Amino acid sequence: MASPENPPFDPLAPHVKPHVPLLSLYNTFFWVGMFSFGGGLSGWLHREMVTSRRWMTEDEFFSGYSLSQVLPGVNASNLTVYIGHHLRGWQGAAVALTALVTGPFFVVILVAFAYHYLLEVPGFQAAVAGIAAAAIGMLVRLGLIAARRAAISVVPALIMVVVFVAVGLLRWPLVPVVAVMAPASILIARWQFLKAKADTDA
Amino acid sequence: MRDDPLLALLFVIAPLSIVAVGGASSIYAPLQHQSVDVYHWITAREYLEMFAIARVTPGPGSMIATLIGWQVAGIPGALVATLALFVPSSVLAVVLAGFWNRYRGTEWHTAIETGLRPIASGLVLAAVVVLLRLAESGPLSWAVVAVATAVLMWLPRLHPTVVLAAGGAVYVAAHYAGFTTL
Repeated sequence: MASPENPPFDPLAPHVKPHVPLLSLYNTFFWVGMFSFGGGLSGWLHREMVTSRRWMTEDEFFSGYSLSQVLPGVNASNLTVYIGHHLRGWQGAAVALTALVTGPFFVVILVAFAYHYLLEVPGFQAAVAGIAAAAIGMLVRLGLIAARRAAISVVPALIMVVVFVAVGLLRWPLVPVVAVMAPASILIARWQFLKAKADTDA
Repeated sequence: MRDDPLLALLFVIAPLSIVAVGGASSIYAPLQHQSVDVYHWITAREYLEMFAIARVTPGPGSMIATLIGWQVAGIPGALVATLALFVPSSVLAVVLAGFWNRYRGTEWHTAIETGLRPIASGLVLAAVVVLLRLAESGPLSWAVVAVATAVLMWLPRLHPTVVLAAGGAVYVAAHYAGFTTL
């Protein structure tokens, strides 16, 4: 199947899974946790894992992203556990999740403790709203990268648009939409793969 | 048994961790019901305040559970609530990830990875729309999101905290310049 496996920022193909020390894993996820404001967390994870550190390929990241969305529980922690497990097994999953939550655990309690004082600080609410708005940019960036990946041919592009319209615009519940679209998409990918193989064999 | 506040936190939050299908947004309503109406840990007003705090602080917004635990039983309560929120769903995720990795390199694994790619793309784009709706959008927030995205795309080496800080600074400046509708 013809698909560009080499996006400009990831020239490592085939990708060799790196050995990531647990301490590096902890440090990376700790700072992702500390800076993940307002829902940009998966954007941060993509930046750290795929773009800067190259600990995973885009395919590995995005298949983990899909799984983390349909599994029960908090999506961001599911993605963290998936990545941690991918890199270092169950220990990696435990370390990554602990690291992700450590910073926010203390920050959220400190802010709650001081909330009424903070509201009096001039500009506090404006600053928080501004940080949250800029953080959306992290997710938009991830959306653009993901869209570029999917738009390699007509069928994936159509599937992407259907999922986007159903979940994002029509606000249909995510799980049933994925439960219908994912098997269809996987069967099409499988069929295209077999067809390509038959063509090369013939 | 349910007189013990730590056990009560565990019984309220751990099931939500497993039942919350489709993301954290599905736990907010049941969590509010349990902690406000059933257990009377906090008032509805306090719940809204905690919701706001959890949203503006780093980490998943569902860490409102941490705050409820803190309110109920101090730091031990916060710890129990946080563990109850993350551990059950994470155990399930590890089991499934292990199962998934065992088939790495097989044809079906490749098909699933390829097939999930456009699904993920659609879901990320949908998440952007959901966040933009939540952000009480006005012209300024649209401008900040657009500029932040452009900078993050074209200057990948720039650390994103610079972009976040700039977003905060722009809003503070706008606040003092007299913009009321952000």
